Amino acid sequence: MTTHAKTRIVGTSVPRKEGADKIMGRALYVDDIEREGMWHGATVRSSIPRGLIRSILYDRSIDWTEFTVVTADDIPGQNIIQLIVADQPCLADGKVNHCDEAILLLAHPDKHKLREAVDAVRIEYDPLPPVFTIEESERRNPIVWGTDNLFKSFLLEKGDVDSVWDTAAHIVEGEYRTSAQEHLYIENNGVIAEWNIETGVTVWGSLQCPFYVHKSLLSVLDLPEDKVRVIQTETGGAFGGKEDYPSVLAAHAALLARKSGHPVKMVYDRMEDLAATTKRHPSRIRHRTALDLDGKLLAMAIDLATDGGAYSTLSSTVLSRATLHSPGPYVCPNVRVRSHSWATNTVPYGAFRGFGAPQAIFAVERHMDEIAAAIGIDPIELRRRNFLHDGDTTATEQLMRDPVILDQLLDRALAESDYDAKRARFARENPNSPVKRGMGISAFYHGSGFTGSGERNLNSLAGLDVTPEGKVRVLVSSTEFGQGTNTILTQIAAESIGIDYDDIAMAPADTGIVPNSGPTVASRTSMVVGRLIERAGLQLVNLLREHAALGKHFTRDEFFAACERYRALNGKVESLCRYEAPPDIFWDDQKYRGEAYPAFGWSIQVAQVAVDTLTYSAEVEEFWAVQEVGRVLNPALAGGQIEGGVAQGIGYALYEKVLLQNGHMANNQMTNYIMPTAEDVPPIHVFFEQIPFQHGAYGAKGIGELPHDGPAPAILNAIRDATGIGFRAIPLLPEDLFAELAAQLPAEEPSAV
Amino acid sequence: MSAPWATIRFILNGEPCAVHAPPMKRLLDVLREDLRLTGTKEGCGEGECGSCSVRMNGELVNSCLVPVIQAEGATVQTIEGLATNGELHPLQKAFLACGGAQCGICTPGMLMAAAQLLDVNPHPNIAEIREGLAGNLCRCTGFMRIFESVVKAAANESTSTEEQAAHAR
Amino acid sequence: MRGNAEAHQMIAPGSLAAVLDLMSSAPGEWTPIAGGTEIMVAHAAGKPVAEKLVSLWGIPELRFIEDRTESIAIGAAATFRDLRAHAAINADWPLVSRASSWIGSIANQSRATVGGNLVNGSPAADSSPAFLVYDAEIELVSSRGSRRIPYAAFHTGYKQNAMAPDELLYAIHLPRRFAQHRQYLRKVGTRRAMAVAKVALAVTALLKEGQMSEIRVAAASLAPFPVRLVQVETALLGQPINSITIQPARAALLAEATPIDDIRSTATYRRQVGANLLEEFLIKLRTGDASK
Repeated sequence: MTTHAKTRIVGTSVPRKEGADKIMGRALYVDDIEREGMWHGATVRSSIPRGLIRSILYDRSIDWTEFTVVTADDIPGQNIIQLIVADQPCLADGKVNHCDEAILLLAHPDKHKLREAVDAVRIEYDPLPPVFTIEESERRNPIVWGTDNLFKSFLLEKGDVDSVWDTAAHIVEGEYRTSAQEHLYIENNGVIAEWNIETGVTVWGSLQCPFYVHKSLLSVLDLPEDKVRVIQTETGGAFGGKEDYPSVLAAHAALLARKSGHPVKMVYDRMEDLAATTKRHPSRIRHRTALDLDGKLLAMAIDLATDGGAYSTLSSTVLSRATLHSPGPYVCPNVRVRSHSWATNTVPYGAFRGFGAPQAIFAVERHMDEIAAAIGIDPIELRRRNFLHDGDTTATEQLMRDPVILDQLLDRALAESDYDAKRARFARENPNSPVKRGMGISAFYHGSGFTGSGERNLNSLAGLDVTPEGKVRVLVSSTEFGQGTNTILTQIAAESIGIDYDDIAMAPADTGIVPNSGPTVASRTSMVVGRLIERAGLQLVNLLREHAALGKHFTRDEFFAACERYRALNGKVESLCRYEAPPDIFWDDQKYRGEAYPAFGWSIQVAQVAVDTLTYSAEVEEFWAVQEVGRVLNPALAGGQIEGGVAQGIGYALYEKVLLQNGHMANNQMTNYIMPTAEDVPPIHVFFEQIPFQHGAYGAKGIGELPHDGPAPAILNAIRDATGIGFRAIPLLPEDLFAELAAQLPAEEPSAV
Repeated sequence: MSAPWATIRFILNGEPCAVHAPPMKRLLDVLREDLRLTGTKEGCGEGECGSCSVRMNGELVNSCLVPVIQAEGATVQTIEGLATNGELHPLQKAFLACGGAQCGICTPGMLMAAAQLLDVNPHPNIAEIREGLAGNLCRCTGFMRIFESVVKAAANESTSTEEQAAHAR
Repeated sequence: MRGNAEAHQMIAPGSLAAVLDLMSSAPGEWTPIAGGTEIMVAHAAGKPVAEKLVSLWGIPELRFIEDRTESIAIGAAATFRDLRAHAAINADWPLVSRASSWIGSIANQSRATVGGNLVNGSPAADSSPAFLVYDAEIELVSSRGSRRIPYAAFHTGYKQNAMAPDELLYAIHLPRRFAQHRQYLRKVGTRRAMAVAKVALAVTALLKEGQMSEIRVAAASLAPFPVRLVQVETALLGQPINSITIQPARAALLAEATPIDDIRSTATYRRQVGANLLEEFLIKLRTGDASK
């Protein structure tokens, strides 16, 4: 079985495939590209959160004949951005449902004139009462979406929670809140669109999912599939922020290109990107937990709510993942999760690394420490008594057929972090120090790949071809945006064929060239798409052996010679494979039961935090992440993914706050949306245990999102350890710590001298 | 009300250069648009992210905040000028070896900042590396492998003790 | 990028005399720009920026640091990197070195100037508290001549100062007399680097026979502009250094400080942390710890 086989290239830290271009400054991101006759595009956006558009006036100071203006009336197809539910307009038509909603588009050859023109469009509104929070939406007055403000709801049930409350030894309740989080990719969203009456529309852009954009453009532009082409440019960070939003931006640029007759570039500046594009869903999660005398879980009743913003976009799938991750990595015979995603008049929330799991795991892992404190059991011990093991079932009755080694991961995390000795030392030192230190942990899983039957529905196709110039190309629509797609897929191809890493290249992520291997999301690329490439490589070698006299053992030159013989017979050398579901994955979408995910990544994270009681600032001094994600395909890339995810999780916990005023992001500048700098990130120690997963490429499971799930609860648990105070909301800023810590001090009277 | 343009002359990556531009045009835009050197990036336009970092007269600057008239007579180095005669700078080699670049958008500015650091302080300790790079935001790496890359380039050799030192505070 | 470079004039006359002539010929019409770390940010954000700008960059008469034995003279166009690199500043005015290391990032320090920091007049300005506790003097210059005023009198309101429309900030002078003083400077920001101050406190104090014989306390972000906290100074002057001194000093700060709620922080947080920083200094003084 290849998953356990010894490998030459897979498992080594080969250098990044496109690394040379990146370190030379030669990699071309969308704003580096110019097209002949290119104009620029800009967006006029709503300044109110909800209301009717009464009038649109074009100030006479501008010569509008120089401009192309596009409104909803110019949309040839449907005024809808196709995602899951058809509720988000491409351009607002008569009404707006959030601040910064796109109302009309302008194009002009001169960027500066364009700027003046945006300011010269005067829109008058008849405002309607907006809804800004989950609580306001729940009141269903006003109704701002559909008939009941509710995008989606789920009910997940196992056993009977209500049978337990009366007899349980302990019942602990808690409410936990997470706020919005901005991706803050260093490259803003951007696309270039070109329109040609014969060939249709071509869009280049910074994006994760070329075929999502492709699908969306078909319906907006009313074009057949072969008249739309989407090409990903080198992408400067994404994290989910370029999963769904590019469909909006591409449609805008394409409409302008179509009407103006010129290629149109639309690249947002930072202020616009921050204000107008998707962010992580805020959440409110309530736990009610019953335990026996020994601290074993008897029942978990969870009420989980997310704020989806003004349109549903991906709220249903985020809610699904949040629901499925909300009970944590524990055995519990009775579980009920009621989850709801609510509409508000804010910029629609979307995909962001973790996709509902960071919210859910923050709540359950904070709650475990609150339970531990309430019932007097050590938080480590409490977890050990309840961990899932091989043979246990989850809340969806999924049997853990693959090994679950949480105990082992925990042992390693505690040892590497010197957890017990440090806690003892801090307990001694804290009383006499203005800086209080503490240790905290989080334990969690992250389901790899799409939920349930998601992969079957995607029905991905991927593979390889060989060019006459002697290059094997990987044919996937999976994109590189820093996480290492190009490198691991070419490693897998080289391994499975038996030639060198340098003989493999990536075909451009161009819907005109590559098959649809599914979106680059959900930590599925290594595991699922990598597996298709692995199979395609083996298949290619078999084809060459069967039809082109390739020997049992062969050199690189013999391989390419055989390819040419095959080409002479067939016209092309290509090997494609279609997704095959693992045999024992059954998921019931109605009952929300069964195999929710084909595989899980498992992790324990430990945070050492210092709280300065003079400034009320909490800082992470050191961090450890121990995980089991199947086979590690490239140690350097895998380590980099964990480190980057942890850094983002630290930002989520302690630094990053989206400040909304009347539904508009008031802190939409990098000086005011705070991410940790090189002086703020702690040393991050990363350790992998490897248990190859039989259905993943060379045994790999998903890795990209897992590390962002754990830092926030580990950090707040450490703050609880340091201060005795259990904070339940993130981001936890010094002003929030101050409110609690100062409440415990005697009141001070200011007095003039 | 259009203001008069000026001809600004400076040395760019070792070669004399002249541009005709509005004096307040950002050096960043002159590099990217007039000179078609797109290696220097715009991430924020506010001097916060450092992805526009270049070296001017031997100092690190955010080119998004430099009006081109102030580059008159200056010596400017961009990422395109870091490798010499086709030979990669030790930092570039180290970034490749250690995984210092993921999505790559911060990388040109980061390399400029790291090159500046090593010119001023050839053997920085980890605190000095953190300070030297504090003006360059990276959202992908969590900085660990960037620190490793700088340590490696400074040592110009790969030893595991140096890599461990990069993980210390 | 929301500003339009073509809508602005920017000239670089290249000498101090030429700049002063220009400013006296059309007072208030030409706005000086040094390193641009404020003006260019506003320009890119589409905020109103003066239509006519005169560049001070590269004028050697403005970018100097001159040790004059009894004092040091810092030219207005000296950058914060210049300050950090200067041996006498590091030795005799260490709070200025420390504050300089907090300006933005290395790239910002290469361009941000002392003059720009002071004339911009943000209440959160990093260098101001240090200059205030070092009894700085500002030298202003115009074609009419030059004059000096105490830096403590320079800021007159939120982003307002004592300069006439034809005047330029020429230099800041610091007396060399703090070798025996206890010194303290601490900034609290949103993160360790590239952070606008939520609050900062600077102190220089001379102890004679266990009593405070001289005291200067200055703060950032506790008033509409950088200020000396004179009531706090009064509460401490002539006092012995013991635990009884702390409470009245804290109370004086809490009363004197007038911070606001803004996008970065809250008034109550700023006030409380300001008092905590003052207390930290006093405790260090008591334990013989304060020279940082």
